[in-house]
Amino acid sequence: MAKVVSSRKSCSVNPLKMSQPIGGALAFMGIANAMPVLHGSQGCTAFGLVLFVRHFREAIPLQTTAMNEVSTILGGMENIEEALLNIHARAKPELIGLCTTGLTETRGEDIMGELKLIRSRHPELQELPIVFVETPDYKDSFQDGWANTVARIVCELVDKPRFPIPGQVNLLAGSHLTAADIEEIVDTIEAFGLKAVVLPDLSGSLDGHIPQDFSPTTIGGTKVREIRSMGGSLATIAIGRQMEKAAIELESRSGVSYTVFDRLTGLEENDRFLMHLSGLSGQPVPEKLRRRRSQLVDAMLDSHFHFGGKKIAIAAEPDLLWAIGALFAEMGAKISVAVTTTRSPLLERMPCEEVLIGDLEDLETRAGDSDLILTHSHGRQASRRLGIPLMRIGLPTFDRLGASHALNVGYRGSMKLIFQAANLLLEREDEDCKKPWGNGAAAAQIV
Amino acid sequence: MALLNVKVQEVFDEPGCEKNRSKSEKERKKGCSKQLVPGAAAGGCAFDGAKIALQPIADVAHIVHGPIACEGNSWDNRGAKSSGPELYRTGFTTDISENDVIYGGEKKLFRAIREAIEKYHPQAVFVYQTCVPALIGDEIEMVCKSASEKFGKPVIPINAPGFVGSKNLGNKLAGEALLEHVIGTREPEFTTPYDINIIGEYNLAGELWQVKPLLDRLGIRILACLSGDGRYNDIASSHRARAAMMVCSKAMINVARKMEERYGIPFFEGSFYGISDTSDALRNIARLLVERGAPEELLARTESLIAEEEARAWEKLRVYRPRLAGKKVLLFTGGVKSWSIVSALQEVGLTIVGTSVKKSTDEDKERVKALLGEEAHMFDELPPREMYRMLKESRADIMLSGGRSQFVALKAKMPWLDINQERHHAYAAYVGMVALVEEIDKSLHNPIWEQVRKAAPWEDN
Repeated sequence: MAKVVSSRKSCSVNPLKMSQPIGGALAFMGIANAMPVLHGSQGCTAFGLVLFVRHFREAIPLQTTAMNEVSTILGGMENIEEALLNIHARAKPELIGLCTTGLTETRGEDIMGELKLIRSRHPELQELPIVFVETPDYKDSFQDGWANTVARIVCELVDKPRFPIPGQVNLLAGSHLTAADIEEIVDTIEAFGLKAVVLPDLSGSLDGHIPQDFSPTTIGGTKVREIRSMGGSLATIAIGRQMEKAAIELESRSGVSYTVFDRLTGLEENDRFLMHLSGLSGQPVPEKLRRRRSQLVDAMLDSHFHFGGKKIAIAAEPDLLWAIGALFAEMGAKISVAVTTTRSPLLERMPCEEVLIGDLEDLETRAGDSDLILTHSHGRQASRRLGIPLMRIGLPTFDRLGASHALNVGYRGSMKLIFQAANLLLEREDEDCKKPWGNGAAAAQIV
Repeated sequence: MALLNVKVQEVFDEPGCEKNRSKSEKERKKGCSKQLVPGAAAGGCAFDGAKIALQPIADVAHIVHGPIACEGNSWDNRGAKSSGPELYRTGFTTDISENDVIYGGEKKLFRAIREAIEKYHPQAVFVYQTCVPALIGDEIEMVCKSASEKFGKPVIPINAPGFVGSKNLGNKLAGEALLEHVIGTREPEFTTPYDINIIGEYNLAGELWQVKPLLDRLGIRILACLSGDGRYNDIASSHRARAAMMVCSKAMINVARKMEERYGIPFFEGSFYGISDTSDALRNIARLLVERGAPEELLARTESLIAEEEARAWEKLRVYRPRLAGKKVLLFTGGVKSWSIVSALQEVGLTIVGTSVKKSTDEDKERVKALLGEEAHMFDELPPREMYRMLKESRADIMLSGGRSQFVALKAKMPWLDINQERHHAYAAYVGMVALVEEIDKSLHNPIWEQVRKAAPWEDN
C-alpha cells in the first residue's frame, strides 16, 4: 500500500511526463490509413513527430492545423477546415484524428459543432470518419491522451451490434504496450481459437516493416471496418487500467462485457489471463503455453538470487510502473523509488511506501542508493551521474534500437524482463566484487 | 504582445539580408516566412528555433514557461556538445496546469526561477515564453526583471512563443534577446588582436572542435561562439571581438549586423562545410583581423596552413575516387549551404542529381547552377512520395538529408546519411569533409544492400 504524493515544486526538472495530444496522436497511429492532426501551432506537431521518429525509427504521419497568433485569437475553425480538406486531398486517409492542444484549449471552441458545419459544407468529407478529442497539454499526461482518444474512437465508430461475431474478442491495448507485446497477446488469444480485434494496433503500423509503396498515412493498424464490428464481439479484454474508460464506453454502446487486466507481467497474472481465455473459448490451455509457464518458473528460480533485497528505482507512467514494479517486487526486490506522471487507481496498490507524481529530478535525488534504475531514455543522465545502471522502459527510447520489439508481457515477456534486470544486477555484483570490501561476495559464490 | 509584434516586424525587415533587400517595400512588410498551410505544414515553431539557437549555451539554466508539451516532449534531443558544463542538458519547465491557465502563471515562473538558481547555481537563467502563457498574458519580461534583481543573477526573457512563426524567426528573436540583455554587459579578462566571434554555429556532434584546432594554430582566439559550446560570460563580453564570422545562412544575421553597427565588429558570411569553403572562411577571418589591426603576417601564415591542410585533405579524398566515381547523390541539406558541399563531392567523382534550394538566396542558386550545370535539379520542395520514387527507381544511389526523410530512403532500401541536427558524425572543416566522404563510402558499399533488395525466394521475380 503506497502513499501517493504530488511534487510541490514550481519548476519541473528533467521531465518524465509527456503531453496528452501526442498520446492521442499515437493512438490514432494504431489505425490503418489514418492521419492524426494536432490543432495547435506547428511546433506542437514537430516536437511530437521528432520524438516518435527517434523512438520508432519510422516515418510518422502527423499533421498540424498550423495555428498562428491571429487565428488563435480569432478562432481556428478556418484552419481546421483547411487542414481537413488538404489532408483529404493529399493523403486520402480512411480516418482523420483531431486532437486539441494547450494553445487551442486555452481559448476554447465548439469544435464538435463546427465539425458538423464543415462536413455539411463539403460533401467529400461526408463519409470520412473524423474523430475529435479534447487533449489540453496543461492537463494530465500522455497515457491519459491515449486513453481518452481510444474511448472517443469507440464512441464515434463502434456500431450497435446487429449480430454477434462468433469467436471475436476485442483487445483494448494500453499505451505502454509495444508492437511485440501486442503480437504476443494476439498469438495467445489465437492459440485458444479466438480472433482478436486490437484497438489501437501499433503492431500493424509501427512495428518496423517494409511497405510495398510509399504512404503518407499509417502503414497498418486496425481497419475502420474492424472497429465498427467491435460491438458484435464475444467479450472485451482491456490491458492496462487506463483502458477501462474505453471498455466501459464499448459496453455501454454495445453490451459487450469487459475484463481489465492491469498487467500481463508475472506468473499469476498471466495464469489468470489464460484461465480467462480458456473460459471464453471453452478450450484448455494449449501445450505450448504450459511449456512457457514452466520456462518462466525456471527463470524465476534461476534469477531470484539476484533480486532479493535489491533496491530498484522506477519512473514510468502508471500502467507501466505497475506492470514492472509489481513484477520485480514479486521477485524479491524492493521498490525504493516510484515516480509517475498522473493519477491512477493502481498507484495506491504499488508495493512500496510512496509513489510520487513528479519528474526525473525527483528520481535522481531519491535513487542514490538504488541498484537499478528503470525509466525511459531520458534517465540516461541521472544513471550516469549516479553510476547506477539504467534499464530503458517505455517511450521514448531513442538511444537504443528495437524499442518496438521489446517484449514485456506474457510468460515470455516476463522472463525477458527478469533476465534483463537480473543481468544488469549481476554485472554490478561482479563490479562490487572487485572492491576490497564489496558486498557482492556472497552472490558471486552462487554464480 | 504589442512589443513582440514590433520586434517580429523589425527582424523581418533585415537590411543585412540580400533576399530581403531584393523585395519590394510591400513584400518586405509581409516578412520572410512563408504562410503555413494547415494540414500540409512541416517544421518547428518560433520557440523551437529560439531554443535551438540558445540551448547550446552550456552553463545557463534554460527554463521553459509553458505546459509540459513544450519541454517534456522535446528536451535533450539535440547533439550540441559542451566541453564543460552539462547544465544545458537539464530540462527545466514550469509545467503549467489548468489552474495556472486560469489564474496566471507568473508567480509560478518566479518560484521556478528561484528553485533553479538555488539548486543548480547557473551562470544565468534563460526563460522561454510559449504560446499558452503568452495567450493568457503572462509578462515574462517583468518576472525576469524582478527575479534578476531579487537573486542578483541575469535572468533573461526569450520572447518567442511558437505561434508567432517559424523556427527561423525564433532563431532571430533569440538573437534579439542576446543583443538586448546579454551582449555587452560584461568585459573580457583580456583581449588580443586575434579575437573573433563565431555566430550561428551550434557545435552539433562537436563540429566546432574540428575548426578550433585550425584557429588555434593561427593564434586566433574564439572570444565567443553563439552559441555552440558557449558560456554566458563569453557571450556577455563578445562585443570586444575584432571580427566575426556568421555561419549557417541567415539564422542570426540580425546579431551579426547589429554587432557591427553597435560595436564596429565587421563580419562575413561563411561556412565550414567543404574544403574550399573552409579555406575561404579562414582567409576571411584573417583578412578582417588584419584590417582591424592584427599584424599582416597572419595572412601568409593562414595561406600556408590552408595549402598544407587542403593538400592533406585532397590526398585523403583521392583514395575514395575510384570507389565513388559515377555514384549519384541526392542532396537535401536544409540549412546548410548546398553549394559548399557540392564542389567537394564532385571532386571525389560523385554526381549530384538533385539538391534542395529551399532556404537559398538567388545568389546561392546561381552558384549551384554554375557547379551542376543548367540541367541540374533544384528543388524548392520535394514531396516524400516523389523522393521515394526517385530513390526506388535508382535515379540516385544515396540520399543525404535530415532525419525527417530518413525513412523515405530506408524504406526504398537506399543508402542514407544524416546531415542534420540529430547527426552523430561531425562534418566540419577539412577533417569533416573527409569524414563525410568516408561515411558516404561506408554507406554505399555496405554489404546489406544486395541482400535486402532481393525478393524472398517464394516471391515472384
